[in-house]
Amino acid sequence: MTTTSTKSSHTNLDEVAARTATDVRRVQRKQVWTNRGLLLPAVIFLVLLTQIPFIVTIGYSTMKWNLLYPNDRGFSGLDNYRSALTSGELWPSVVATVLITALAVVLSLLFGLLFAVLLDRKLPGRAIARTLMITPFLVMPAAAALIWKFSMFDTNIGMINWLLRTLGLDTVSWSTNYPLATVVIVLTWQFTPFMMLILLAGLQGQSKEILEAASVDGAGPWRTFTWITLPHLRMYIEIGVLLGTVIILQVFDPIAILTKGTGGTKTLAYLLYERAFIGLDVGQAAAYGVVTVILTIIVATIALKTLFKVFMAGGSR
Amino acid sequence: MSAPLKNMLVNILTWALVLIFFFPVFWMFINGFKPESVASSINPKVLFTPVTDGYQLAMDRGMAGYLQNSLTASVTATIISVVIAIPAAYALSIRRVKAVEGALSFFISTRFMPLAAVVLPLFMILKTVGLLDNIYMLAIVYGAVNLPVTVWMMRSFFLEVPYEIIEAARVDGAGLYREIVRIVLPLVLPGIAAAALISFIFAWNEYFLSLLLTSSAARTTPPFLGSFVDGRGQFLAVLSAAATIAALPVIIAGWVAQKQLVRGLSMGAIK
Repeated sequence: MTTTSTKSSHTNLDEVAARTATDVRRVQRKQVWTNRGLLLPAVIFLVLLTQIPFIVTIGYSTMKWNLLYPNDRGFSGLDNYRSALTSGELWPSVVATVLITALAVVLSLLFGLLFAVLLDRKLPGRAIARTLMITPFLVMPAAAALIWKFSMFDTNIGMINWLLRTLGLDTVSWSTNYPLATVVIVLTWQFTPFMMLILLAGLQGQSKEILEAASVDGAGPWRTFTWITLPHLRMYIEIGVLLGTVIILQVFDPIAILTKGTGGTKTLAYLLYERAFIGLDVGQAAAYGVVTVILTIIVATIALKTLFKVFMAGGSR
Repeated sequence: MSAPLKNMLVNILTWALVLIFFFPVFWMFINGFKPESVASSINPKVLFTPVTDGYQLAMDRGMAGYLQNSLTASVTATIISVVIAIPAAYALSIRRVKAVEGALSFFISTRFMPLAAVVLPLFMILKTVGLLDNIYMLAIVYGAVNLPVTVWMMRSFFLEVPYEIIEAARVDGAGLYREIVRIVLPLVLPGIAAAALISFIFAWNEYFLSLLLTSSAARTTPPFLGSFVDGRGQFLAVLSAAATIAALPVIIAGWVAQKQLVRGLSMGAIK
C-alpha cells in the first residue's frame, strides 16, 4: 500500500515535472522567437544593404561589362581576375595599400603611445592638452587633407616649406616628390589621437599599487615602463592596431585629395574608384572589390579573434 | 638634474609637442579670418586684422545647402541606426540569445566589409530605381554602415544593467515593450547618446559614399570642400573658412563627449 502510494506520487511528480518541462520548453521556444524578432530588423537591414550587394559584386566580377559598351555585356568567368593579375595594376595597388596602412598604423601607434604617456602624467592644463590632442581625429578627413595639402605641404605658401626656408634648407615639393610620405603623414596625424585615446584608457586602468610596489623595489621609470606598463598595455595596443588597420585599409579621402593615386599611393579603394567611375569598367572594378574584401578578411579574422577575446574576458566588467 | 626641474622640462616638452600637433587646426582656423592675400603670403603672418570675407564667400558659394544635406543625412542615419540597434543590442545582452557569438561576429564582419565591395551594386541599383542623389537614400546607407558599431557599443552598455532590476520588472509583470522602453532605456541613456555621437561623427565626415552616390541635390559637405580649390587665383582663406565650418560640429561634439569617444571607437571594448 505504502509502496503504491509512493509510486503513484512519484508518477504524479514525474507528470508535473514533464508538464513543467514542456511549459519551460514552450516558454523557451517563445523566447527564442522573441529574440529572433528583436534581432531581425538589424539583420535584414544589413543583409539588404551590405551582404546582398557584396554577392552582386562577386557576380559583376565575373562579367564583361563596361558602361561605355553597354551592348557588349556577358559572362566572362575569371577573365577580370586574370586581367587584374596581368595588367600590372593589382600588385602595386596591394603593395600601396599594405605599405600605407602599415606605416600609418605603426607611426600613429608610436606617437599615440608617446602622447598617452606624456598626458597621463600630472601636467598643468592637462585637460586642455588632451582636448587639443584629440582634435586631429575629429577634423573632417576631407578638410584635413585639403588643409595639409595647401597650408602645410604647398611649395610656396605651405608652412613646412616656410620652416625649411627659414632654417636655410631647400624647399620640398611634397606631393610631387614624396606622395607616399604626404599620405602617411596626414594619416598618422589623424590617427595618433585615436591610438592615444585607447592607450590612455589602458594607462589609467593600471593598478597604482603595483606601480608603487615596483618603485619601492627600486625599479627605475624605464624598467617599470618596459616590465609592467607595456605588458599591461598589450591588450590595448592590440585593439588599437587592429581597429586602426581595418579602418586605414579602406582609406580613400587623403588619396583622392592629396595624390590622386600617383607615386605609389594607388590603394585598392582608389583603384576600384578609378576603374569604375572614371574607366566605367564595372566588371574589372568589381574584381578589385572582391580582392579588397579578401585582403580585409585576412586582417579582420585576426582582429575579430582578439576583439572577442577582449570582450569575453572583460565583457561583464 | 633635480626632479622638479626634470619634471618641468618634460611638461614643457609635452606642451610643445601638443601645440605642434594641434598647429594645422589652429592654422586652418586663423587662415579663415585672413584676407585672401595675407593667407597666401609666402611668409606667414600672425598679426593681421581679422575679416570674415572667407566665411562670407563660402556662404555665397552655397555652402549652406551642403551643410543642410550633411545635417539631414547625419541625423537621419543616426536615428535609423540607433532605433534598429536598440532591440538587437537588447537581445544580445539582456535576453542572452543562444547564438550571441554568431550574431556578434555577423555584425562585426559587416563593419569590416570594405565599402568599396558594396558600392558598385548600390550605385547600379540606385541608378536603376532613380534614387541616386537622394539624401535619404544616402542616410539609409550610412545607417547600415553605422549599425554594427552601434549594436556592439550599446550591447556593452546594456550588459551593465543589473539583472535584478530586469527580473523585478518581469516579476511585476512588465511586458517586453515596457521592459525595454520604461526600465532598460532610461538606464542606458548615456550609452545611446554615445552610440548616436559616433554615428553622427561618421556620417558627417564621410566622403567616399557621398562622392559616388550623390551628385548635386543631395551632395554633402566633404566632397563639396574640394570645389574651393581654384586653379588660378588665391583661395586659402576661403578654403580654410569653409573647412573650419565643416569640421566644427564634430570637433565640438567630440570635445564635449570625450569620455564616450574611447568607448565608441573601441566598439565598447574599452570603458
